[in-house]
Amino acid sequence: MVSSQNENRLLSSEGDSQRTQYPYVTGTSVIGIKYKDGILMAADMGGSYGSTIRYKSVERLKQVGKHSLIGASGEISDFQEILRYLDELILHDNMWDDGNSLGPKEVHNYLTRVMYNRRNKFDPLWNSLILGGVKNGKKYLGSVSMIGVHFEDDHVATGFGNHLARPILREEWREDLTFEEGVKLLEKCMRNLLYRDRSAVNKLQIAKITEEGLTISQPYSLKTFWNFAAFQNPTVGAEGSW
Amino acid sequence: MSTEAMDVPKTGFSFDLCRRNDMLTKKGLKSPGYLKTGTTIVGLIFENGVILGADTRATEGPIVADKNCEKIHYMAPNIYCCGAGTAADTEAVTDNISSQLKLHRYHTGRESRVVTALTLLKSHLFRYQGHVSAALVLGGVDVTGPHLHTIYPHGSTDTLPFATMGSGSLAAMAIFESEYREGLTRDEGVNLVTKAICSGIFNDLGSGSNVDVCVIEKGKKEYLRNHLTPNPRTYISSKGYTFSKKTEVLLTKITPLKELVDVVQVGGDAMEE
Repeated sequence: MVSSQNENRLLSSEGDSQRTQYPYVTGTSVIGIKYKDGILMAADMGGSYGSTIRYKSVERLKQVGKHSLIGASGEISDFQEILRYLDELILHDNMWDDGNSLGPKEVHNYLTRVMYNRRNKFDPLWNSLILGGVKNGKKYLGSVSMIGVHFEDDHVATGFGNHLARPILREEWREDLTFEEGVKLLEKCMRNLLYRDRSAVNKLQIAKITEEGLTISQPYSLKTFWNFAAFQNPTVGAEGSW
Repeated sequence: MSTEAMDVPKTGFSFDLCRRNDMLTKKGLKSPGYLKTGTTIVGLIFENGVILGADTRATEGPIVADKNCEKIHYMAPNIYCCGAGTAADTEAVTDNISSQLKLHRYHTGRESRVVTALTLLKSHLFRYQGHVSAALVLGGVDVTGPHLHTIYPHGSTDTLPFATMGSGSLAAMAIFESEYREGLTRDEGVNLVTKAICSGIFNDLGSGSNVDVCVIEKGKKEYLRNHLTPNPRTYISSKGYTFSKKTEVLLTKITPLKELVDVVQVGGDAMEE
């Protein structure tokens, strides 16, 4: 795998219009929802290296400045690069020392520009990002993909979350969810992903951001249920089949 | 020597038409596109039996070819099968196995069992090595109880308490995984199946239109065609169609063409060429 990678790099440095990147260590879905007081986001802590789950303590939810929270899926090293860009952005903003600070809408816009411009240079940052936050009482939740597709919504998800979590959120999300209800809804979606996404691990964090500030929970696990009667004895009535 | 009620089929892939197809493609014939059902099909076991559900949209690429097709196929009075994948394949394979089951019922004098249908379907699909693109959810109630199976195009099967297949399977599975319990009543089961199919209809582009449901219990079955129609035509003019004022008719003259045409027989039979 490594030598063919090198070959591709050499070939494409000739100004070839071919993708040069493959993700190596990847994180799976992130889900975000707006609730009564702010934004809730959930992500598990797995970093997969192809089909092995190589790292089980990867923090994929991070604070950005005073008002925002970012969650990332996709290539972990590209996420770390994005965190460095955001760090620089916040630093320069603080240096103005003008009493204003970048809100989630501004950070989302910055990320969109970064992702889209990288994509135009055929050198994408292989991530799907979720950006949420509260500033001056206004809640904001947006998403950016690796090709620069961005939008804002009441509930967003990346990767498999789009297929397995969004249908549940479309049915059950309400404007006035309390914190407990929001966490329960996110856990329902994360449990679903745990059952049906092969790269999910049962160790997740939930982050909450409100006007007051940000808290990221300690990692914990979800309870799962495997005791269906049909699982215990699937071939009842037809011994020997499967 | 007694005659076999079911002829044992020739084993292995049937290559009869391959040479002909090959020759035609070489000559430049574009093979016809597939009518795929891009579907959401589901099944679940409730306290007294099995409930199957399906949407009713058949797609041909990006176009909806049939707004209200039937995806729940009859196999036996006590066994029904939902099909996803290529519409022709699901129709043909379920019809074929359905007739084999009927002959078997005449031969044995007994009600068909779900595992019989399962074995016939999976052997057929395995023989065709995945080229028969039919993904099925098979459910029924027989003497041994209620059964629910999924069958994949290559011939593998699973026995499950709840199952979903098709392009909308993830949306439907999200509903099942979060809300399925054992010992559901009939109404709870039908509601859950309807909810799962609606999730597929509204969240998956390959599924749409209406919800079909089939409830199978010991000794009876109910086929609820178009149980729910959540996509009615919204903007229909109540007055019907009216056309604006036509052009005024000033003069009518009718000229029958028969007088202008002479039919002449030039020697010999008129039809002889």
